[in-house]
Amino acid sequence: MNATPVTDQTRVGGGTPEPRRSATSFLRAQIQQSLAFATLVVLLVFFSFASSNFFTWSNISGILLSTAVIGILALGTTFVIITGGIDLSIGTGMTLAAVMTGIFLVNLELPLMVGVIGGILTGGLMGFINGFNIAILRLPPFIATLAMMLIAQGLALVISGVRPIYFSSVVGFKDIALGFVIPGLPNAVLILFVLAILAYVLLSKTLLGRYTFAIGSNEEATRLSGVDTRKWKIVIYTVAGLFTGVAGVVIGARLDSAQPQLGTGYELQAIAAVIIGGTSLLGGRGSILGTLIGALIMSVLINGLRIMSIQTEWQNVVIGVVILIAVFTDALRQRRAAS
Amino acid sequence: MKKNIVFLAAAAAISLALAGCSAGGSDAGDAAADTDKPYIALVSKGFQHQFWQAVKSGAESKAAELGVTVTFDGPASETEVDSQLQMLQAAIDKKPDAIGYAALDPEACVSLMDAAKTASIPVVQFDAGCNSDYPLSIAKTDSLGAGALAADHMAELIGGKGEVAIVGHSQINSTGVERRDGFVEQMEAEYPDITIVDIQYGDGDHLKSADIAKAMIAAHPDLKGLYGTNEGSAIGIVNAVGELGLDAGELTVIGFDSGQAQIDAITNGLMAGAITQNPIGIGEATVQAAFDAINGETPEKVIDTGYFWFDKTNMEDAEIAAVLYK
Repeated sequence: MNATPVTDQTRVGGGTPEPRRSATSFLRAQIQQSLAFATLVVLLVFFSFASSNFFTWSNISGILLSTAVIGILALGTTFVIITGGIDLSIGTGMTLAAVMTGIFLVNLELPLMVGVIGGILTGGLMGFINGFNIAILRLPPFIATLAMMLIAQGLALVISGVRPIYFSSVVGFKDIALGFVIPGLPNAVLILFVLAILAYVLLSKTLLGRYTFAIGSNEEATRLSGVDTRKWKIVIYTVAGLFTGVAGVVIGARLDSAQPQLGTGYELQAIAAVIIGGTSLLGGRGSILGTLIGALIMSVLINGLRIMSIQTEWQNVVIGVVILIAVFTDALRQRRAAS
Repeated sequence: MKKNIVFLAAAAAISLALAGCSAGGSDAGDAAADTDKPYIALVSKGFQHQFWQAVKSGAESKAAELGVTVTFDGPASETEVDSQLQMLQAAIDKKPDAIGYAALDPEACVSLMDAAKTASIPVVQFDAGCNSDYPLSIAKTDSLGAGALAADHMAELIGGKGEVAIVGHSQINSTGVERRDGFVEQMEAEYPDITIVDIQYGDGDHLKSADIAKAMIAAHPDLKGLYGTNEGSAIGIVNAVGELGLDAGELTVIGFDSGQAQIDAITNGLMAGAITQNPIGIGEATVQAAFDAINGETPEKVIDTGYFWFDKTNMEDAEIAAVLYK
């Protein structure tokens, strides 16, 4: 498959990287990742010294568990951001998927697997509609997914009757997030890691991944080289939607309930994790490992500040500053690489 | 450069979209205003939480009893002061016979109270008041007293000494502040051997509150009790205790408001008990006060709708069961 004969001549002045298989861009991605990884290590060391209660297995497992939902959302949205798009609908979309899982399992009393798959497909359907609106109707991703964000938020409330749906009657549902297939490691964390491996393979070993990068680097050139970019964009947004669906099932299982008013703001945390992990909002560059590290940086930071009893208001300030620094160092390196 | 312009356009579009949906929330009353029944427009702090749904159901049943029409609007979250003001403005524009209002911010609403006065629309308040002389009455819970009652029970349950912490739902709106302050002040005044080691805020988000509670438990190994100031905060604590596999009662958890999950947690012992308000009563009292105002009577200035401690022992009592919502 000769998929990415992309030339970069239509871009001006942006320092946009060549397609990913060029050596420099690969190197750059590695540097960004190791920088993110170094940040993670520094944070872990810092908080371990700051509080003796930080580096305990119980707390580390708590951090991993708190990474699961945002992490799964971030994995899916990494694909979208690499295409140069954005998906604002993942937070409330996750909530709608959780509510639908509740409808399937609690109201309709369908078997566990059917309800779970139904919840995941709800996410996939939203992603498909996003992709259709963006690729076929040519709506800007920001607007199309903003609309979906509002639609999902409203539908979650309408369908649930503005009440939480409790899963206590569904045997085994809670274990999806809180059971232990591997002793000591909550299943939600296992799901995050398995999905991360899946996303890594999808992004780096398949046609889907190749076109994701190609569309983000230069959509027009990709299209002219004979790739049906519209079809692939729909596929990519659908994949992101399926991840959103899984996140919906996991948050439902963790809370043992579908809380219809949750979700707003989760999309921004997921997007922040992706960006901290070195994926460029301009598209064409990014990695799954980076996203995973970015999500861990966010949750380690939040947990550490909480352990230190830093005031909630200041926690937000610190997280904001870390995002600024992460994106700034990234931009700096891009500029240097361009000159 | 091009990207920037696209982004600006998008940002402009988002604010338009948001303004559009918040202003559009209150059209339901137009049809109602045409009929002969007196019409009362209620502008709430929200509608998504079970608490507001209970207020709404109290208001609606009272309205049916009195033969009036009510509409119930509220912003999507309790931080949206601005969109709530737009709803209040829309309510005034519809010229109802009376307005019931729960202020998200006590200052931001003052000018609109003047507007209601100019339009000669009587205003009654519920849950939280506006810093204006115009409203006739307010039906609410004494949140400071409710917080203090939570402190008394916490002190009793942990034996009068040790470390406790609070998972709050807001450091801004009055219920969040008063439920916290009532608890803190009572502890400081009455129980010198109890230390409040941490107060953090999870916005009433179940997941965030659970992660906060876990961090607190990790940071303070000697922690004896946790107090959650609303339903989401309290359930977050219960989830944290469950995830850590602590035995029921190892950590004393006190919640606020009811809802199925809290009732279950109290039944199975993960939560010691909770303070409940009387949201249905708040809804009823608000509509009654508005009805009185329409008929030229003066409602009571402050209608205290009460609060109660409930736990395993008294949950079934008629007085308590009547104010719990699921």
